[in-house]
Amino acid sequence: MDFLRPASWQEALAAKAEHPTAVPIAGGTDVMVEINFDHRRPEYLLDLGRVGDLYEWEAGEDSVRLGASVPYTKIMENLRSELPGLALASHTVASPQIRNRGGVGGNLGTASPAGDAHPALLAAGAEVEVESVRGSRRIPIDDFYTGVKRNALAADELIRAVHIKKADGPQQYSKVGTRNAMVIAVCAFGLALHPETRTVRTGIGSAAPTPVRARTAEEFLNAALDEGGFWDNGKIITPSVAKQFADLCAAACNPIDDVRGTASYRRHAVGVMARRTLTWTWESYRGTRRTTEGAA
Amino acid sequence: MRVNFTVNGRPQEADDVWEGESLLYVLRERLGLPGSKNACEQGECGSCTVRLDGVPVCSCLVAAGQAEGREVVTVEGLAEFARQRSCGTGACGGHSEGTPDSTSAGASDGTPEGAPLDEAGERAARPQDSHTGEGTELSPVQQAFIDAGAVQCGFCTPGLLVAADEMLERNPNPTDADIREALSGNLCRCTGYEKIMDAVRLAAARQGEVV
Repeated sequence: MDFLRPASWQEALAAKAEHPTAVPIAGGTDVMVEINFDHRRPEYLLDLGRVGDLYEWEAGEDSVRLGASVPYTKIMENLRSELPGLALASHTVASPQIRNRGGVGGNLGTASPAGDAHPALLAAGAEVEVESVRGSRRIPIDDFYTGVKRNALAADELIRAVHIKKADGPQQYSKVGTRNAMVIAVCAFGLALHPETRTVRTGIGSAAPTPVRARTAEEFLNAALDEGGFWDNGKIITPSVAKQFADLCAAACNPIDDVRGTASYRRHAVGVMARRTLTWTWESYRGTRRTTEGAA
Repeated sequence: MRVNFTVNGRPQEADDVWEGESLLYVLRERLGLPGSKNACEQGECGSCTVRLDGVPVCSCLVAAGQAEGREVVTVEGLAEFARQRSCGTGACGGHSEGTPDSTSAGASDGTPEGAPLDEAGERAARPQDSHTGEGTELSPVQQAFIDAGAVQCGFCTPGLLVAADEMLERNPNPTDADIREALSGNLCRCTGYEKIMDAVRLAAARQGEVV
């Protein structure tokens, strides 16, 4: 094994071009487990720990550019107002020690269906900035996950940053596990209200071969909220609408039975989380509306 | 490959390091620092917790090469690390007396800790080694673990000490929820955690008295 230690992003791209089989390592919280257990013996380890700009983030007008290696701890501490869904998801990642090392770039690189960040990214809306010596491109998050632990990266590409839409409304994240720390999600659900476009976006984790959105459920809810004038009148969401939304989210799952849970449990739990996160976010939206109206 | 980094304030050089080797392995097997424990090797248990440039991490998940040029503090260096930190806050002079004071307070509470604490005092008189921790006086959090009976088999203890010490550095007045969260990455299979909670509360309370 060779240990490649690029001092800059350009050097990292050159190394990846020269050695396309090189495995990038940043926080190491996925890669080192595989090496420790002899599940993987890469020819080259490409240490990105010295590439400083991967650890930086920048909040722009509409989105946050989050460096691939920004640890979850920093997201929780610094980006809660811009990226509430991702901050909540970050807090559910493993333990403080792991959150101090791991970041969203690694979650995307591993592309496990159980990665905690994915549902939040899908719900918020995001683009993954990837680069190689051939050039840079942005992959919409909806096109990024291509299979179980597979993503849209080419062999010579590295993940540089994620551009995540800043929240324009309430966001929530929910995860099912046997305790609050150190659990791989049995399943997870992210939901974001986008009052500016009057849409709702979702993300489902660990209940299909890849992280997915519940598109039919979103379309149903968008139409129901529109028809009922809910965005304007701020009424409580009709229980039948919430139930239909939950059922459609459960139907969007394509889960398997495994040690963490059965397929039918996952479907059920996703439905429950969908209904709850919708209620939480909608109550928050109604609350904000009231406050704004009261102030005006 | 060769890896150069600082461990417990002392420059270290490890040779013939395999590229896939963990920082934990280098610490234990190449540098003779077996304080950090090797258990799960997958970041589940926290028994290998060290500070890497000040940040608590699982050393089993840090590739040795990633530690190049960085500063590591292990449980062996915790006492010296804590001593220097308290010097930085100006509480240095009172510190060496601080521990015996708090221990006598512990004894007056009826805790039968007299003998081991006297031994600790004797140890402090011997030559000290900040690298291996031998001969140094215990850090406040270490002393609190002993006083509260938070150590049983001891395997999880080094990781818990490093994690707890870092939390108390950041958050001198933690709530129980803060403590539970800060230690959520450290598994103990003996104590049931209640004594560990007691120990961290005790360390926080003593820290508050000194300041």
